[in-house]
Amino acid sequence: MIRSIGYAIKQAVTQVFRNRTMTIASMFSITAMLLILGLFFILVVNVNLASENVKKQFDSIQLYLLETTDKNTAQGMIDSLNSMPEVNEAIYVDKDTAMQEFRNSWGNKAYLLDGVDPNPLPNSIKITVSNLEDADLVVEVAKTFQGVEDIKYYQTEVNQVLKITDYIQVGALVIIVFLIFVSVVVVSNTVKLTVLAREREISIMKYIGATNWFIRGPFLAEGMLIGCFSAILSAGLISFIYYKICELFSLRALALLSTSLVPLNFLIWNLVWIFISLGVCIGAFGSIVSMRRFLDT
Amino acid sequence: MIVYQNVTKYYGNNIGIENVNIHINKGDFVFLVGPSGAGKSTFIKLLLKELNADSGSIKMNDMEITNLSNRLIPKLRRSTGIVFQDFRLLPKKTVFENVAFAMEIIHMSSRTIRRQVPQVLSLVGISSKADKYPHELSAGEQQRVAIARAIVNNPAVLIADEPTGNLDPETAWDIMRLLDKINRRGTTILMVTHAKDIVDRMGKRVVAIEKGRIVRDDAEGAYGIND
Repeated sequence: MIRSIGYAIKQAVTQVFRNRTMTIASMFSITAMLLILGLFFILVVNVNLASENVKKQFDSIQLYLLETTDKNTAQGMIDSLNSMPEVNEAIYVDKDTAMQEFRNSWGNKAYLLDGVDPNPLPNSIKITVSNLEDADLVVEVAKTFQGVEDIKYYQTEVNQVLKITDYIQVGALVIIVFLIFVSVVVVSNTVKLTVLAREREISIMKYIGATNWFIRGPFLAEGMLIGCFSAILSAGLISFIYYKICELFSLRALALLSTSLVPLNFLIWNLVWIFISLGVCIGAFGSIVSMRRFLDT
Repeated sequence: MIVYQNVTKYYGNNIGIENVNIHINKGDFVFLVGPSGAGKSTFIKLLLKELNADSGSIKMNDMEITNLSNRLIPKLRRSTGIVFQDFRLLPKKTVFENVAFAMEIIHMSSRTIRRQVPQVLSLVGISSKADKYPHELSAGEQQRVAIARAIVNNPAVLIADEPTGNLDPETAWDIMRLLDKINRRGTTILMVTHAKDIVDRMGKRVVAIEKGRIVRDDAEGAYGIND
């Protein structure tokens, strides 16, 4: 058994180098598939992260207080809000802090706000809910408070964003499954070409008395080896591409979508394992599928 | 050793072989002769279980071949050395690797392979070509490699399907001398051939097949008068 496996691996390595053209052809097709697959994977992971961020950022409710509402009244509201299990945290934001935050969000154009005096922003209470679905309940309670000018929250908007990201994720997953299927077909066709080129060889092996698994072994190992090489190649390429994307868009993504990209390191190591297992499986499955016809006695 | 009892094989309505009975003893050297389409190939293919007989029984070393399961076909073929007219060497393997392959499929250790292959190559007289690829060899040399591969596992039976068909007369005789040498070591040889002069000069057992039937079986025969 061990001797057979050793034999298969040794033969596969020899074949991979002897049939360089075929090896490279197969490697290119698997690599291309994995690259597209990888890009969708990156998309899914980032959309996931973005939707998490959106949830986190907009799970808050703002209560804008009237000028006449004093700090003690506000504290009363905060206390009663904090006693609700649906509320994660309720804090008082005075108008100066609000202005400062506003200035920060304008970045280096904050000087434009210099002329805005007196500060037009109201004092407010910022409520973070534990669960976005409970926001309505909290708002109902907040509406009963005296001294509140306006209540702002983004449940509808957030839900819309989450729905869109859901669609993107499901769509990408469907495409990924489809691509895996396509790569098995492409690989099995490429391997079929190698097998076809060696049909005579296989028939000779059978004449000498080789078992089907003995014949299949080296092809299987060859497929897996090619799959593995392709996985490493495409993981390398994807890393490079993603590194460039991060370099170019990281800041812009932060500014536009108020979300950051998934860190390169985290993504690469996951991608390498996914690609290697996927590449090896695609290679193995492709070999077995393509050899079926040639091994009928 | 090899026993055919009332073996019949039809291809649709055409006769492959019909009611064939034969008994080949251990150590025999048998020529199987006859015109093209007479049933010689069918005879061999049934023995290798490449075809299934319609009726009758075929035994080799007491193993019934007609109802052998697919799983056991490799085992059957390993106990039989086969040499073809077109050599059928693995083109991408060297002479050494071609011979070693027959040993690898029966899971011999690489030490045994390294010891045994040179011995066999020396027996068939091509030791110096061990590192060459088949396309670098002459036809006669390629047939020697094929023979080396066929006998390296010491099979009880060596089947040779027109082994001299692609060779010039002189080389053909070299191959025949080699087969005779192998036969003298105790291997049963079953050789299909059209080469009249070879059959006549060797003076071995001759089995003639015509239209699917055995028409002659001479212990020390000649090719035949009509052919």
